[in-house]
Amino acid sequence: MTLPASELEIHETAAPGGDDSVVNVAGRSPTQLAIARFRADRLSMISFVLTVLIIVCAIAAPILVAVGVLHPNDFNQDLLSDDGVTPSGKFGGVSWSHPFGVDPGAGRDLLSRLMLAITSSLTIALTGTIITVIIGAVLGIVAGFSGGFVDAVVGRIIDLTLSFPQTMMLLALAGPVVQMLRGDVSKVPGLGFLSGPDLSNGLFVIVILAAFGWPPVARVVRGQVLSIREREFIEAARLFGASRSRLYFKEVLPNVWAPVLVYVTLLVPAYISAEAAFNFLGVGIKPPTPTLGNILAESVSYTSADPTYFFLPGILLALIVVVFNLVGDGARDALDPKSHR
Amino acid sequence: MKDEMSDESANAGMVGMAHEMADDRALAARAAGHGAAVAMPGAKPILEVDRLRMYFPVKSPGLFRRTVGQVQAVDGVSFQVAEATSLGLVGESGCGKSTTGRLITRLYKPTGGAIRFEGQDIADAKPAELKPLRREIQMIFQDPYTSLNPRQTVGSIVGAPLAIHKVLPKDKILPRVQELLEIVGLNPEHYNRYPHEFSGGQRQRIGIARALTLQPKLLVADEPVSALDVSIQAQVINLLQDIQNEFGVAFLFIAHDLAIVRHFCPEIAVMYLGKIVEIGDRDSIYSNAHHPYTQALLSAVPDVKQAASGSRIERIRLQGDVPSPIEPPSGCRFRTRCPIAQEICARHEPPLLQIGKRHKVACHFPGRLGQAPREPLTAGLLGVDSEGRPDPGASPSTDLVEQPGYADTWFDLDNKSIGRA
Repeated sequence: MTLPASELEIHETAAPGGDDSVVNVAGRSPTQLAIARFRADRLSMISFVLTVLIIVCAIAAPILVAVGVLHPNDFNQDLLSDDGVTPSGKFGGVSWSHPFGVDPGAGRDLLSRLMLAITSSLTIALTGTIITVIIGAVLGIVAGFSGGFVDAVVGRIIDLTLSFPQTMMLLALAGPVVQMLRGDVSKVPGLGFLSGPDLSNGLFVIVILAAFGWPPVARVVRGQVLSIREREFIEAARLFGASRSRLYFKEVLPNVWAPVLVYVTLLVPAYISAEAAFNFLGVGIKPPTPTLGNILAESVSYTSADPTYFFLPGILLALIVVVFNLVGDGARDALDPKSHR
Repeated sequence: MKDEMSDESANAGMVGMAHEMADDRALAARAAGHGAAVAMPGAKPILEVDRLRMYFPVKSPGLFRRTVGQVQAVDGVSFQVAEATSLGLVGESGCGKSTTGRLITRLYKPTGGAIRFEGQDIADAKPAELKPLRREIQMIFQDPYTSLNPRQTVGSIVGAPLAIHKVLPKDKILPRVQELLEIVGLNPEHYNRYPHEFSGGQRQRIGIARALTLQPKLLVADEPVSALDVSIQAQVINLLQDIQNEFGVAFLFIAHDLAIVRHFCPEIAVMYLGKIVEIGDRDSIYSNAHHPYTQALLSAVPDVKQAASGSRIERIRLQGDVPSPIEPPSGCRFRTRCPIAQEICARHEPPLLQIGKRHKVACHFPGRLGQAPREPLTAGLLGVDSEGRPDPGASPSTDLVEQPGYADTWFDLDNKSIGRA
């Protein structure tokens, strides 16, 4: 006991009293540990901040349009040069009132259009991801936990879905399904206000993304569940007479969250670029409502006449995809400290 | 030549004796009304397992999974566990010990046989009927690293049974959890920590606390210490003994460590390939083993005293591997590795004969190490000759059904007579 400030002594003096030393002994859950690891990674944190900024942008854009700060659909013919197509001035008509310039042909403010495009693209991507994950997680858990016949059936459905020619389906079904969605959605009582071509076009993209996106999620979840259901804590829960829903949602689900979360963060950028690609093929939300996809599709024809209009949406799309992917990578590293890149 | 002669005459006497004994035993059993024999006068059995069988189907791969075979994991196991005592179940890997434990806790549904817990047969009970039983029979698992959900705090792990069975209001659960943590020697303030913050021994204590939550009467301990290092093993075993003394819990103690079983269990059953080959009280098994498999198992136990004096018993090395339980050998399942196996062993399965007050053995040639009889003792009982072929003149005993517990009469092999309680 000659070491005055040793940990040993602190422990010994604190232990008999007890109360002071044991008040705050709350353990850190695996989730809290993962968050701590995530915060320690600088690149992930920068990407995370940017992701949050993008999401804030997406939420703010429609509000700013409603308030009258952004004007995505105002035509400014006076800002176009004499040919009536390309914007006058350098870099696509960049000015203080139009920091990103205006779009050729109509002279609409590009910043407003891009911000609103983020809103529609992110909405489609996030909704698609959520539906994908719900379908995938539920089918994966049921297949993995039940095994046997159910597992075999789900497995064959997965094979069937994966072997379907997705792009062909997309193009072939676009016309009739969009029509059907337009009619049906407006018939649902209380959803009349949702009708309109943007909604049915957007819904079609979401349906296609979810319908063909769930199999990998189901496979990942099923694989996890297969290893978890053999662990003894599942038997212990059964021994207490735990119900099926308790087994699924309290014992199994918290243990498959990590890979699902990683998959979600990687699915969002994939769906954002998928939406852009669909628009290129002529499927999806049509102008004048802006999406990253339809702005890009339109800008391709102006590569030489107005390079700013071509590059800005492209760079923005690339930035969003990269940032979301980096967050996903960071999440994977944080949730699975044993994996190495 | 001379030796053989004398042996043969002696054996002839034995066979005759076996006949007499069989008749005598049958009479005794009939007098007892075929009821399961009482184990100990004072202690009534809390658990009685009667000819329990578990066959796992082996299925072909693919969508249409036909059953192509059966793994006979447990095949006709009978024993009793008395209140507040321990029965040790030993045997090598894959012999069906753990399956037996999981059948008794009804994690598996048995293929056949009866499991009577406090007189009630639970072998065919439906999930709804099982729920009250879950409070009475609990289990301690082998691996403390997989038996606790890593995403739940210790408090919710230990308190989960209380929440599921709604035995306590929500605000009373935490005090009870802390009480349980204190009983198993953990800091009660650690209830909101996660399993990964504890060592293996501490985790096993959490598992024990969880098993105790509903105050069970029977604990199935499935190799509770084999995943721990030796110094921790002793602590956990002592904890289990304290719990048994304090709460009067009966244990079915599954293990492969013979030294620990000897320390913990007054009664031991030795399993081989899904069957009990020898069962008896501690002394009968450890100093008076009559089955060649039990003798081989015991000779494999390292003994410090003998090693020090330099005079150790020669180890019996069993040849070959354990046969597949999908296609077990005909007759006696141990015969493929048995040093004293003969013709009859391939033809007939040896019945579990009671050879002491609390000692049963399933062997055609039961005897102490090196003193096995040359002629099968059981031939007369089975109505066959010493080679196992049917003997038209013999009158086979009809009372060889293996029941749990012990009878009041037995074959006294030393005195070649009928022993009585």
